[in-house]
Parts: sequence; structure tokens; C-alpha cells
Amino acid sequence: MNLVHPLAKVIGRGSAKSGVHHWWMQRLTAIALVPLTLWVVFGLYALAGAEFSTVRAWVADPWHAALLIAWVLAMLHHAQLGLQVVVEDYVHVPWAEITLHILIKFAAILGMIVAVLSIARVVLGGSQ
Amino acid sequence: MAQFTLPKNSKITQGKVFKAANGAGNVKRFKIYRWDPDSGDNPRTDTYEIDMDDCGPMVLDALLKIKNEVDSTLTLRRSCREGICGSCAMNIDGTNTLACTKPIADVKGDVKVYPLPHMPVVKDLVPDMTHFYAQYASIKPWIQTSSVAPADKERLQSKEDREKLDGLYECILCACCSTSCPSYWWNSDRYLGPAILLQSYRWLVDSRDEATGERLDELEDPFRLYRCHTIMNCAKTCPKSLNPAKAIAEIKKMLATRQGV
Repeated sequence: MNLVHPLAKVIGRGSAKSGVHHWWMQRLTAIALVPLTLWVVFGLYALAGAEFSTVRAWVADPWHAALLIAWVLAMLHHAQLGLQVVVEDYVHVPWAEITLHILIKFAAILGMIVAVLSIARVVLGGSQ
Repeated sequence: MAQFTLPKNSKITQGKVFKAANGAGNVKRFKIYRWDPDSGDNPRTDTYEIDMDDCGPMVLDALLKIKNEVDSTLTLRRSCREGICGSCAMNIDGTNTLACTKPIADVKGDVKVYPLPHMPVVKDLVPDMTHFYAQYASIKPWIQTSSVAPADKERLQSKEDREKLDGLYECILCACCSTSCPSYWWNSDRYLGPAILLQSYRWLVDSRDEATGERLDELEDPFRLYRCHTIMNCAKTCPKSLNPAKAIAEIKKMLATRQGV
């Protein structure tokens, strides 16, 4: 028998008084991804079949490298925020939920570090 | 995890068939969800053949005809029979709506009638609304003020401010929208759902209310508000043609601009 009042169940632990930041970052990264993704797709399409040195020189261009880093960071941040929502929606087993949250955040951060280091290596290593 | 199949004792079986009387010309078949908590049986769908030449135009007319003339055990809620009380909200032909304002002629083929989705069933077409009403109570749906009330008149509102309540005050809390929302299906324990959030917005934009800040504080929560993913089932299904999704978007905008993102 559950004697907790229905209103007490709804009130629960109260409002978390957060959520705006997550919501806004999801929109902000989405807005950034529209032009950045178009630029990446068309940029790589133009490079299809090009020599290795040409592609390397393209990536090493400071503006190209900056925009590539911006694209990867926005995409991984957006993906992490989105996957977090998916887990919150569907995974209601506490240990699975926290495990997935940790894995998703770690994977996103690792991806960011790897991408930034890789692009930096091309930039700093010259264009040959 | 989210549950995608019905548990064993909730699987729906084929029920009885109630044939129309001989000579009935214009026969429509109603397939209605039946579940009796006292029987211990699984839910079933009973089929009722109704002579449309001897029946009113709305689904509720047919349900009441069945209850009065064919099978008095059929259990449903109804009161006003004109779309203002919200009692007869149910799932008809795959869409949540009010039985009293849903024309039978709109349904092609058999008329399938089920209780509101993903709610605990009390009996047949009667869902348990306890949690839904508790959620409504939790948003304090009444005017809250701190200023002193005018001594000799009501708290007045300009015509323009009154117009901001249009599209909100018409909500009859039938729960068609909330029970059509997948986010509400999976997370109704914490997500307030479209109906209650539309009601919240109704008080947030009321020029006479002075608890806007506290109301927004209570709503800023990843589960209470932000489970809305703009799926739009709520606006699609609303029998009063309201748009709860827009009200929720306005709440999100109020929260975002309040803190100056």
C-alpha cells in the first residue's frame, strides 16, 4: 500500500532550477553547425581525389584549421547534449543511466582532445 | 528501460460480438476496449454492431446507446456531452479526442475505442487521473498576488492583456494532449506534460498574477519542463484546437530571456 499523497509524489525533491543552460547550448551549437557543416561538406567534396599534400595544405591553412576545430567541438558538444537527453528519456535503470552519462561525456571529451591535437599537428607540422 | 511491449496480464484478447438486430441496414461496428479489475481476466475488445439509422451522430451517442440498450456493463465517463467538460476523453480511431464531439462519420471502417493511452485503467474506458490532477495542483493554478487588492473593485486587466489568455483559457483539462505525448508516456512521473504546462503558461502571462518569478523557478527543471522535445502530438490531437507546444516554447523563451543568455 502506498500512502504517499499524490501531490507529494509530484512535488518530489522540488525543481532542479536548471535546464536553461543545457537547452540554450543545444540551440547554440545547432545554429553553429548549420554553416560549419555545409562548409566542411563542400570543402571536402572539392578535395575529393586530391593529392595528400594538397589536402594537408588545405587543413594547415589557419582559417581552415580554426573552422575545422570549431566544427568538431560544436558537433561533439551537440552530440553529447543530445545523447544525454536520449538517456534521460529512455534509460530508467539507475546504474545503467549513470554509466551511460559517464561514457558519453568521456567519449565526447576524448573526441575533442583527439581532434584538436590532430588538426594542431597538421598545422604545426607545416604543409609538406 | 522504457517498456515497449505490454506485460502478460495486459495483452488484449478478442472479446464478445454483439450482433445488430435482423433487418438493420446501416450497420457500423464499434470495437471497444474492455477491462474489469474484479474479473482477473486480461483486457479484451468487444465488438458491437450498431444500426446507424437509429443512433445519434457522435461516438458518445453510440457508446451511450450501447450502454443503455446492448450492454449495461460498459463503463465510461461523460457529463456535458458538448465538449466543455472533458470527461469523455478517450482514444478513438487511433487519436485522443472527446467522444462527444467526434462524429462517427469521420471514422472509416470499424470504430476502435480505447481509454487514453499509457494511463492506469480503472475500468473499461475510465483511466485513473489522480497523478494528472496532482500535477495540476502542483502548479498552483490560481492567481497569486503580493500587492494589496483594490478596495472597491476587481483587479483590472487591459483588453490587450486579456487577449494574451486567448488560446489558453479554453483548455478543459481533458488530458488528450498529455496522454498523446511520448515524453509523457516515458517520464510522466516527473514531466508535467503539455496540458499542465499550458495551464502554467496561462498563469505566467496573466497580467494580474504576481508570482511569475516563483512559477518560472518551479518549472526550470530538466524533467518538469525540458522533457518536451517539440514532438507536436499535443497540438495535433487537442480537441479544442489549442497549441500546448507553443505555450511550452513560450515558457522556455521566458526562462532563457530572464537570465540573459
